[in-house]
Amino acid sequence: MSDVREVIIIGSGPAGLTAAIYTARAGLSPLVLEGEPSSTSDQPGGQLMLTTDVENFPGFPEGVMGPELMQNFRAQALRFGAEVQTVKASRVEFSSRPFGVWIGDPDTAEPTHRAETVIISTGAQSIMLGLDREAELIGHGLSTCATCDGFFFRDQEIAVVGGGDSALEEAQFLSRFAGKVTIVHRRDELRASKIMQDRGFANKKIEFRWNSIVKGYEGDPTISGLRLADTRTGEESVLAVTGVFLAIGHRPNTGLFKGQLALKDNGYLMTRPDSTRTDVDGVFACGDVQDDYFRQAITAAGSGCMAAIEAERWLEDNPGAIH
Amino acid sequence: MSGAITHLSDANFDEEISSSSEPVLVDFWAEWCGPCKMIAPVLEEIASEKADSLRIAKLNVDEAQNVARRFEVMSIPTLILFKDGQPVKRVVGAKPKQALLDDLSEFI
Repeated sequence: MSDVREVIIIGSGPAGLTAAIYTARAGLSPLVLEGEPSSTSDQPGGQLMLTTDVENFPGFPEGVMGPELMQNFRAQALRFGAEVQTVKASRVEFSSRPFGVWIGDPDTAEPTHRAETVIISTGAQSIMLGLDREAELIGHGLSTCATCDGFFFRDQEIAVVGGGDSALEEAQFLSRFAGKVTIVHRRDELRASKIMQDRGFANKKIEFRWNSIVKGYEGDPTISGLRLADTRTGEESVLAVTGVFLAIGHRPNTGLFKGQLALKDNGYLMTRPDSTRTDVDGVFACGDVQDDYFRQAITAAGSGCMAAIEAERWLEDNPGAIH
Repeated sequence: MSGAITHLSDANFDEEISSSSEPVLVDFWAEWCGPCKMIAPVLEEIASEKADSLRIAKLNVDEAQNVARRFEVMSIPTLILFKDGQPVKRVVGAKPKQALLDDLSEFI
């Protein structure tokens, strides 16, 4: 049987790595399952791995690159003895103690790891539109990572779908390369913050297509246009673009926890008020997987700190837990 | 066979690819791409494990823009496997090691 760890942290964005720094400094030798490489934000380092300049993380007056910030978080956790494995949890078992966490084949009888407390920080990832040919068009004009792919659309006309901060940030970034960026939004006003709206409206390369929903992608094998429908009249039109970037929101990475932890109606993990405690004693959740409102790197880091302290106290209060 | 990773440029690309007796997996990457950084260690592992049957080369798309354009790379990381100088397999996006090896298995 595997040894019982005091803390296992699932996920390695700002929340998970902050929890790792705190629990490591508290001498709890946390094991961090950081995830596996992918081109979605469900990867080691989380959503900041897909960004460039982070301007609002305190302590960096000139801003910092997202991937660099996350490398620093990770290095800081390692410095205090956190163990980081580049693997993805495939199953968890919270119905008996110590808790079980599986890597790889989820059907083996014995878990890969067992732990007295688990901190969940699996984050959230971008939603796709769910239209035909979406998977095959990735890398052929459709992108989920503006910072990775913007460069290839130099002087071209492209579209960003969405109306929140991330859509405006992507459009702003993409306007450095593209000839024109059209923001396609289903409403007639933006959800984005005032500062991002002001920047968007002031950017001569950014145009807006209001009251429009995406019906499909044109072009084969690469995108040549976006088929749009006007939400008021139903009239369809084609916006000629060679690149499409989606920024229509996020869904929490909670698939592992269905049936084991209470979820909110919108699928986010439920935590108790002013706490990171879930409905299972000894399981804590922090960062975007439980936050459908703030969703900032700094709030994620803050809640990661809370989860670490709550896990530490839980272990103090349950001294018999470690065998 | 050292399993060393070659760095390709617009200038040496064709020669390196056509003169290789083993298949060459070219990693189109850039400094500013987070997912590219995540797969770099995976590729290093594969390079040393498969040193007998595969060469791995990196191509910085900022520097080698002509090659990136020629192969219509629109998204990075993109990995293209060349066999006898011809592209035979293309993988877009970062993936875990095993998934990548599965993608390449019919060629190496």
